[in-house]
Amino acid sequence: MTGTDTTTAPAPTGADAAVTAAALALGDDALVLAQRLGEWAGSAPVLEEEVALANIALDLLGQARVLLSLAGDEDELAFLREERAFRNLQLVEQPNGDFAHTIARQLYFSTYQRLLYAALAAGDGALAGLAAKAVKEVAYHQDHAEQWTLRLGDGTEESRRRMQTACDALWRHTGEPFQPLDGLDVDPTTLEAAWLESVTAVLTRAGLTVPDGPRTGAWRAGAGRQGLHTESFGRMLAEMQHLHRSHPGATW
Amino acid sequence: MTNTDWPLWEVFVRSRRGLSHTHAGSLHAPDAELALRNARDLYTRRGEGVSIWVVPSSAITASSPDEKDPFFEPAADKPYRHPTFYEIPDGVQHL
Repeated sequence: MTGTDTTTAPAPTGADAAVTAAALALGDDALVLAQRLGEWAGSAPVLEEEVALANIALDLLGQARVLLSLAGDEDELAFLREERAFRNLQLVEQPNGDFAHTIARQLYFSTYQRLLYAALAAGDGALAGLAAKAVKEVAYHQDHAEQWTLRLGDGTEESRRRMQTACDALWRHTGEPFQPLDGLDVDPTTLEAAWLESVTAVLTRAGLTVPDGPRTGAWRAGAGRQGLHTESFGRMLAEMQHLHRSHPGATW
Repeated sequence: MTNTDWPLWEVFVRSRRGLSHTHAGSLHAPDAELALRNARDLYTRRGEGVSIWVVPSSAITASSPDEKDPFFEPAADKPYRHPTFYEIPDGVQHL
């Protein structure tokens, strides 16, 4: 491996190229969220929650490795791409914020991921095998997020306020996952109603108000999948890629 | 968590081919549901086919160390209390 930037993904042609692009997008989702969750290490509210968040991060990193390997060299893809070459949803790159923000992000994303992987696993596409394995992990992630949403929403006045704030703040990023994605044998558009129903049920049970703002914010619509990212993402990448870029070609 | 009550829970785990639940350790959790999930992360690595029990530590009554002697004195001077008078056939192993 050389120290040059791989600013674009490898480009096979035809149907394979579409599958590769889709694997890259889903892999980037998992990679970026794993990195965000890793930031909690040593800072979680309690020791047990620390372990839970690390567990989820490790599950996601495992998914990312498989998916990125389908798209090319996993290390090269993770550590040598520029921000504009990442295809992850803007939702997963959002900063951890307080614990409520992290839980809201987990709830929104894992509900989407569970629906998507269940649909992929039911088919016979290139990603069906991976999805069948990952859907069990993702079901746990969703359950974990739901449990915490219920407790924070139905907890103290302060925890309810924070959980509501977090749900409202991230709402505008929840439309992007359901934009069509070439290369999948599942149309994400068809998952949106189930997602909305599931999230609405959890928020309602938690005594929270379902946010009523737009779910895709104007210029931000679908941007992550096109390589357009929000402000904090570059800083996250800088931290993640720093060592690899400082010592190009090193093995570890 | 300074102003939140996170009680202690005891965790009992039965492994996939285990016959009984064995005390695995303890953890803090706000309620039984999260205690179960934390126990799964901490003590089973989410291996499938295991059974977990969580019990609030406050629900467990332990024998008192102070009363150990009257409680557990084996009464060794009364050999008729022990089933030690059976002839064991030669072929029997692992008894």
